[in-house]
Amino acid sequence: MTKKFNEKAWHEYELGFMVSRPGCSAEYRTGDWRSQRPQTNKAKCIKCGVCYLVCPEGAIVLAADGSYDFDLEHCKGCGICATECWTGCISMVEEGE
Amino acid sequence: MAKRIGIEVSLAISEAVRLANVDAIAAYPITPQTHIVEHLSELVASGELDAAFIPVESEHSAMSVCAGTSAAGARTYTATSSQGLALMNEILYIIPALRLPVVMTIANRAVSGPISIWNDHSDIMGVRDTGWIALFAENGQEAFDLSLMAFKIAEDHRVLLPISVNIDGFTLSHVIEPHEFLDQDEVDKFLPPYTPAVQLNPDAPVSMGTVGIPEIFSEAKKCQDEVLKGSEAVIKEVFADFGERFGRHYKVVETYRSEGAETLLLTMGSVGETAMEAIDRLRDEENRPVGLIRLRLWRPFPVEALRAEMSGVKTLAVIDRAVSFGGTAGPVAGEIRSALYSTDQAPYVASFIAGLGGRDITISDFMAVVDQAEKMAAANEIHQYKMIGVRE
Amino acid sequence: MENLNVYAAKLAPQQESLAPGHRACQGCAELLAVRLVAKTLGRDYIIANATGCLEIVTSSFPHSAWQVPWIHVAFENAAAVASGVEAGIKVLQRKGRYPVDRKITIIAQAGDGGTVDIGLQALSGALERGHDMVYICYDNEAYMNTGVQRSSSTPYGATTTTSPAGKADPLGQHTMKKNIVEIAAAHNIPYVATASPSYPFDLMQKVRKAADTPGPAYIHCFVPCPTGWRMAPNLAVSIGRIAVESKVFPLYEIENGEYKMTVTHKNHRPVIDYLKPQGRFRHLSEANIAEIQQQVDKSYDRLLKKVKMSQIELD
Repeated sequence: MTKKFNEKAWHEYELGFMVSRPGCSAEYRTGDWRSQRPQTNKAKCIKCGVCYLVCPEGAIVLAADGSYDFDLEHCKGCGICATECWTGCISMVEEGE
Repeated sequence: MAKRIGIEVSLAISEAVRLANVDAIAAYPITPQTHIVEHLSELVASGELDAAFIPVESEHSAMSVCAGTSAAGARTYTATSSQGLALMNEILYIIPALRLPVVMTIANRAVSGPISIWNDHSDIMGVRDTGWIALFAENGQEAFDLSLMAFKIAEDHRVLLPISVNIDGFTLSHVIEPHEFLDQDEVDKFLPPYTPAVQLNPDAPVSMGTVGIPEIFSEAKKCQDEVLKGSEAVIKEVFADFGERFGRHYKVVETYRSEGAETLLLTMGSVGETAMEAIDRLRDEENRPVGLIRLRLWRPFPVEALRAEMSGVKTLAVIDRAVSFGGTAGPVAGEIRSALYSTDQAPYVASFIAGLGGRDITISDFMAVVDQAEKMAAANEIHQYKMIGVRE
Repeated sequence: MENLNVYAAKLAPQQESLAPGHRACQGCAELLAVRLVAKTLGRDYIIANATGCLEIVTSSFPHSAWQVPWIHVAFENAAAVASGVEAGIKVLQRKGRYPVDRKITIIAQAGDGGTVDIGLQALSGALERGHDMVYICYDNEAYMNTGVQRSSSTPYGATTTTSPAGKADPLGQHTMKKNIVEIAAAHNIPYVATASPSYPFDLMQKVRKAADTPGPAYIHCFVPCPTGWRMAPNLAVSIGRIAVESKVFPLYEIENGEYKMTVTHKNHRPVIDYLKPQGRFRHLSEANIAEIQQQVDKSYDRLLKKVKMSQIELD
């Protein structure tokens, strides 16, 4: 079994304690920070992609039908997508609702 | 075939750096380091050295640029002194933590104030704990040889740590001495181009210098310390290799006429040459059992090699070239006491501070130090350190 | 969105080289800007990052959000480290010890503190030496990473934890924001620009231009910080837009010394539209706001004069 990063002995780390797995922060779920989550009324969505472009997390991904899905593992619930949406098809709803 | 030529020590160091075929040099001018980097920039301008010469706007940036060139995979060199080294201080800590094998000549000079351009060791002592390997040269030939060996030691994949080669400002940097140079093909065989273990390259992206959270910070420091201590074996290996190839032999702790000695002087840097004269006189004219230890390796501290020279020694007189204000000893003497404290029959260690800010230490000064140390030892005088050659 | 086709977002590069999972606050416009830069540059670039928000939120061990080579050394030296990376790669390429199959862009990036205050000397040195690199300052107008202390990039009238508005001194920051863009331009470098993630295409075009320009380029990127500016995170992009619409942060570029506005508006909004949503300006009196309006008008006019001068020269 591989050791967790905080279980390794001093000599088991990479040179200079660098990180050589590019983009491995994706393993960290910032979605847990969220108190509100975005929800799309797909009927109103014109698939323009503005939400995708303005997401600071890169947590909005192109769906097969050309619309956009939310990566809820990383979405922090900032609500920029809802504010910037041209048609107002994204709304922020309380988590747990 | 090796040539023997008379040349200023600073220029000899530049020639060593040229022979090492260094890739990048970043430096800011400061007396008495200037002749080294001036000559290097000439070598680059003339095409004799194919390297990036980056004339930065401060020593802080010099060391920062070195971090960048070294992380890019370039063999990297810089030189500084005194205030310049102090200004680099912040970055000095980070270079070994990132495991970047930068080589730096320090033309040792007093740290201000009052401002002084002259030699002592207060600059290097101020950066003692930054995690660099630190070597001291006694003469021009040693400075030349150590400068070449420094790259091989630093870049060894078991080490990958930065090295400072310390030479005394003016008293060594600006004097003309005979040097035996090496041919390029000999050097190339001894020192092939740097093969970085890791480099900044989009083909294999790495993140260097990430946040050291408490869960790993102690391990990071432990690792650095173990690697630094482990470098002593590599240093000895490189010394041996160099000796075999070129016939000049080096040790981490050098001795001079120490056989059967009951009193030893201990020096670092160029004053060792004067101390040898004093030893010769005491031995040859007064028939006294005295000798000399020259500490070549300051970090990692060669504890075992030092202890091995202590058999039969009753008195050890350590000459420091810097003050640890309000401390327990001169910076070197404190380490010596600490290294010998738990050994059987540790000698009496007298701590003397001399030669600050360019004050000469003469042959008779050394002879007087031996007398004084022996008297103090006989009386088992409890002291921390004594500044000598000061008007009272 | 800027005056482009509604569907323009579809045209943005799909590539991402900043991974999610970074620890930036909700609604951080700095990370949005960085993501847009990353989209523009793809994978063939190397970053030297100053200490600051961006550094800590993207590199918390054992994680890294970077999919390109990245090095962080200290706070004030991103420009110097980037200089070294650039010079090092160049010499290794010349000596045949580094790939030469493609151009690799060198990016230095820092916050406003790491640029306009503690990093100013290293920045000046790097620009003066002419390294082929792009320096990007992500300006959120205070030391956010340490808890919202004022920098010399903090605007007049903003309250921060070290320029607090109090009873005896109700203004907050007393000094005008340092004009680092002019300082960069004074180095006679080939390309200088201001940018904002609220105008993503303008930003991406400038980054591309800067990367393609041989020699040093400087981009000053305005990045609203909901935490430090005390405003709702969902407003981070819209407040950046209002900053441009109200002339507070004009978008322009200086190419070989020639000034050019890249985003213009016929009718400018009053600065109060920009100040009002932000808690850091809430204490300001009407007189203060009028004064800020005057300052903003004046510096905008001064900028327009430079633009006009450039046009005359070009004609």
